[in-house]
Amino acid sequence: MDHYNPATMPIIEIEQLTKSYRVYQKQEGLMAAIRGLWHREYRDVHAVKSIDLCVEQGEFVAFLGPNGAGKTTTLKLLSGVIYPTSGSARVMGHVPWKRDNDYRRRFALVMGQKNQLWWDLPAQESFRLHQQIYQIDAQQFRNTLDELSDLLSVGQLLGRPVRELSLGERMKMELIAALLHSPDVLFLDEPTIGLDVVAQHNIQQFLKYYQEQRKITILLTSHYMKDIAALCQRVVVITDGAIKFDGSLERIVDDFSGFRVLKLQLAEGQSAEGLERFADVESVELPKVTLRCARSEVTTMLARILEHYAVEDISVEDPPLEEVIAQLYRDSESADVVSTRPHEVHD
Amino acid sequence: MFTATIHNRLTGWWMVFRIALEERLAYRGDFALGTLMRFLPMITQIFLWWAIFQSIEASSATSESRLVGYSFQDMVAYYLLSMLGRAFSSMPGLASTVAKQIREGEIKKYIVQPIDMVGFMLLGRVAHKIAYYTIATIPFALVFFLCRGFFSGWPPASVLIGFLLSLIFAFLLGYFLDLCIGLIGFWFLEVSSLLFVYMLLNFFLSGHMFPLDLLPEPWHTCVEYLPFKYLAYFPAAVFLGKVDPSQLWFELGIEFLWLLGLIGLARLLYARGLERYSGYGG
Repeated sequence: MDHYNPATMPIIEIEQLTKSYRVYQKQEGLMAAIRGLWHREYRDVHAVKSIDLCVEQGEFVAFLGPNGAGKTTTLKLLSGVIYPTSGSARVMGHVPWKRDNDYRRRFALVMGQKNQLWWDLPAQESFRLHQQIYQIDAQQFRNTLDELSDLLSVGQLLGRPVRELSLGERMKMELIAALLHSPDVLFLDEPTIGLDVVAQHNIQQFLKYYQEQRKITILLTSHYMKDIAALCQRVVVITDGAIKFDGSLERIVDDFSGFRVLKLQLAEGQSAEGLERFADVESVELPKVTLRCARSEVTTMLARILEHYAVEDISVEDPPLEEVIAQLYRDSESADVVSTRPHEVHD
Repeated sequence: MFTATIHNRLTGWWMVFRIALEERLAYRGDFALGTLMRFLPMITQIFLWWAIFQSIEASSATSESRLVGYSFQDMVAYYLLSMLGRAFSSMPGLASTVAKQIREGEIKKYIVQPIDMVGFMLLGRVAHKIAYYTIATIPFALVFFLCRGFFSGWPPASVLIGFLLSLIFAFLLGYFLDLCIGLIGFWFLEVSSLLFVYMLLNFFLSGHMFPLDLLPEPWHTCVEYLPFKYLAYFPAAVFLGKVDPSQLWFELGIEFLWLLGLIGLARLLYARGLERYSGYGG
């Protein structure tokens, strides 16, 4: 923490960070269970494998990856909940797992599946406790709480026991609790999990606004592509404990999808027969036909199709993002495709 | 600056205390009923000792029977006082809550937020106890009033001070013992069987079941060297004048050393446990 200079150094710096767990390997069956009483076999699970990552102050970064890919483990390492097996990490110059109070006053961790508030008490009481824990000045506390509850429109609910709130309302309260001490770095682990579309949207809007106003640094994991598309300029894809992509959402499609989707509207009376000679036919619902072809061949393919068929309308689209990412997950399990963006320096 | 820090600390503690108290009172009905129901076994226990002494009397044919120096009167007095000791030293649900928080990952909040879990939970327990005494004082007073005939008057002031001190120490000792058991959850995720064995031993070794003087040698010497006797036997023995005044402060000193040792152990277990901890439960 001694030499952190926000002007020249990234706010989060991770080098070769690795975390492995030793887990007891259970065998199936009763006999195996009895044998397990005195002889146990262990297996090492490599949750995070030698990750390198730099995040600049003010970035909103999404971690994307299938379940068990190591996203949450990375957030836990960065918030000091667990110790790494090897490697280093610095957040605002602090080593997270040293748990200095100076560091703990400057970040917050919100887990969508965990409750930090006192279940039987009104959220307001938990907030007051946070005021004490983080030693927030009374006036500042009042202002922040008013502002946040206003933005999330939960002012009426502050006095109600948390157990009586809906999941969405509770999540909003969790966010308020996490932001009361105005953290510089915020870790969000699936903040919209299980929420309905409206609640998801509200929380997205709030996060977007708050991050733009305060220019804080946020790392978010989510399974919802909508969260990520709405919020993050930068996406880090983690699968199997390693970073497989680091860049903008659009670039994922450019980098990892070699094909385009052609949508044709055929003229009346024109049959779709024989189209498979030119490209893969995905669906035919006359007069609409959807085709796929390699990106490099789009123009020649179109020219040839137009030569032989009467076409009223054409559109060329990128394949759906979800599909590209699903493909990316699958590919990266076999091959080690790594695409990392060149390190950009922010002003 | 210095006074400001003290002031901050105190308001912080007050807040923790207040919230724990509020939480305790959230389910008023259940809490009150639970507290009062704990008085029922007292009555059955007194009848049990009465029956035991009756049968001794019948077989020995003496007018007043004694059991290793305890008359029926002494026994009831001892029993009531040991209940009072337990009211300070018992920590219902503490060890299992700590183990559950470790298993389910709730303990993360103590790691992520700038708070000390050991101190935070201690304040919570103080609040729980105060809520408990608020409700339990009246029935306790009633029971002691009804049974005043079993006591032979108030002990001298110095003994009374020692008695009060032994109750406060019993509270702290009980807290740190239970906390240590709960922290074992870092190593064994399921501690409920261990907890059961511990509670049984505790019930027996603390003198809650019967006065420890009743134990034959070498068991008596064994329990003398264990910390459990301070949870129920020792406060009662102090009040009843069974601890020699010259020994009283020495014994309290030993108890204090046990307390320091357990505080150190709890700190060590917590620090080591966190190193092992891998953030179970998502």
